[in-house]
Amino acid sequence: MSEFYTSVRLDESLCKGCINCIKRCPTEAIRVRNGKARITKEFCIDCGECIRICKHHAKYSTYDTLRSREKYEYTVALPAPSLYGQVNNIEDVNLVLHALIRMGFDAVFEVGCAAEYVSRLTREYLEAHREKWPLISTACPSITRLIRVRFPNLIEHLLPIKAPVDLAAQIARKEAIKKTGLAPDRIGIFFLSPCPAKVTAAKNPLGYEGGDVDAVLAMKDIYPELIKNMKEAAKTPNLEDLTTAGKIGIGWGGSGGEAGGLLTDSYLAADGIENVIRVLEDMEDQKFKDLSFIELNACNGGCVGGVLTVENPYVAKVKLSSLRKYLPVARNHSISYEVNPYWTQNVEYEPVFTLGSNLLESMDRMAKVEELMKKFPGLDCGCCGAPTCLALAEDIVRGIAEEKDCIHILRAYVDQLSNQMESDKERGEEHDSW
Amino acid sequence: MTGKIHLNYVIPGDDFTRAGEASGEVKKKLKQMGVSPEAVRKVAISMYEGEINMVIHANGGTIDVDISTTDITIVLKDNGPGIKDVALAMQAGYSTAPDKVRALGFGAGMGLPNMKKYSDNLIIDTKLGYGTTVTIVVKIG
Repeated sequence: MSEFYTSVRLDESLCKGCINCIKRCPTEAIRVRNGKARITKEFCIDCGECIRICKHHAKYSTYDTLRSREKYEYTVALPAPSLYGQVNNIEDVNLVLHALIRMGFDAVFEVGCAAEYVSRLTREYLEAHREKWPLISTACPSITRLIRVRFPNLIEHLLPIKAPVDLAAQIARKEAIKKTGLAPDRIGIFFLSPCPAKVTAAKNPLGYEGGDVDAVLAMKDIYPELIKNMKEAAKTPNLEDLTTAGKIGIGWGGSGGEAGGLLTDSYLAADGIENVIRVLEDMEDQKFKDLSFIELNACNGGCVGGVLTVENPYVAKVKLSSLRKYLPVARNHSISYEVNPYWTQNVEYEPVFTLGSNLLESMDRMAKVEELMKKFPGLDCGCCGAPTCLALAEDIVRGIAEEKDCIHILRAYVDQLSNQMESDKERGEEHDSW
Repeated sequence: MTGKIHLNYVIPGDDFTRAGEASGEVKKKLKQMGVSPEAVRKVAISMYEGEINMVIHANGGTIDVDISTTDITIVLKDNGPGIKDVALAMQAGYSTAPDKVRALGFGAGMGLPNMKKYSDNLIIDTKLGYGTTVTIVVKIG
């Protein structure tokens, strides 16, 4: 697996080469080249904003299908808490879990259950590591990826605890082995994901090697099957209670839920990638005092706002609130699972945005960028295929674009040529009349 | 290759919504040049403090940033009222910021102390009634 992997892809046949995605991308990872929107995978953080904005549905996320279960003898579904916010009129999560069993999974393990375990571990970690305050949540993979490439000074603040989905996968596999006696690779762990970032994290996790999630399904993809099977499940009397998550676990599905589980008010929770970047910039300038925890979610509303969900995130959040209402605060906080919940590797700064290969070259290129900016019109029109004039200037010094990619410079050049031809012609005609 | 970069910013006075734009831009450029994260941190914090000070006390001013392969020199120049007692102003917690500024969360009296802490050299040249020039030097490497 390469160090930089992205789940976001382009269907070239649908791409019109418009400027919507290049403008929306928060890390300026997309350029239109030869009429198609190409992603620089080193810059991409899998936030899915380009998928959201593309009117032509040319950007999409890779994910697995239900059919990939055929490879395994025993399968476990891991529903993210945000899944419960996608369905209507349920008073009980149990119906969703039974629907998943009806869809052919052998078992279910709620990610919300592992989330409560993470909440407890985080509370303990915060107490033990005051020198690292404020700690930054690492549950949203887009945020960890963003910090890795853009905020080197904040890496030391990353919470080195695995995300709930990864712990859920580890625990679920252990339980499945115990129950069935099967070899670990005969068991398939399937995560039901709200976003492409989780697809990437399953394939290429940061902070530890070889995650336990075998396949990632998109919520929107399984949605019709889920609804159908929930209706069937509802007809069955006396369903066994499969639920394991409490108020805290289910709360993780929306922004503020993770921080809420820390039982402290010295936290900040921000959602939406642009807001997140502002918070990180301010944090880097040390503008926050006395905060212990920063929860950041790339999507508006938190995981319920993921690009692979179907429901309006704010409606989904209301549904989660009503589901949580009568649940115990937590149901898994005191359980100790026999898995290592902590990161085993450091996340290293990846300076992918540097202009050159060393300081001197980068400075030289920066000086050229400044010169180029004097020539460009500053319209940020995107016609060159880069999101801004500055991005084009940076591409030029990196050697992947040229000045005449700017249509305004090109037009001036063409005008100059035509004037030249005109005057040559006039001079020629004068010669003729001599 | 010259190994030198010069940047210049004009800071408008009394506009807190724009305070931090210049230091934010410099921070981005330093990262793009591959300057060490530690030096970026120092510049980000000390230059932002200086920028805010100009907005609070001096009705804006100009900032010149010179980057070489060995250090970053930031010169913040204003035509404000000047600093009456530099030694006092250097004390943590001492502030002359008006109430309306404190209401915005600024004026904690940490501006100059933080600039000192997050620079390798800090020179304050001030004259009452004429203005202040603050020079911050951060070493690279």
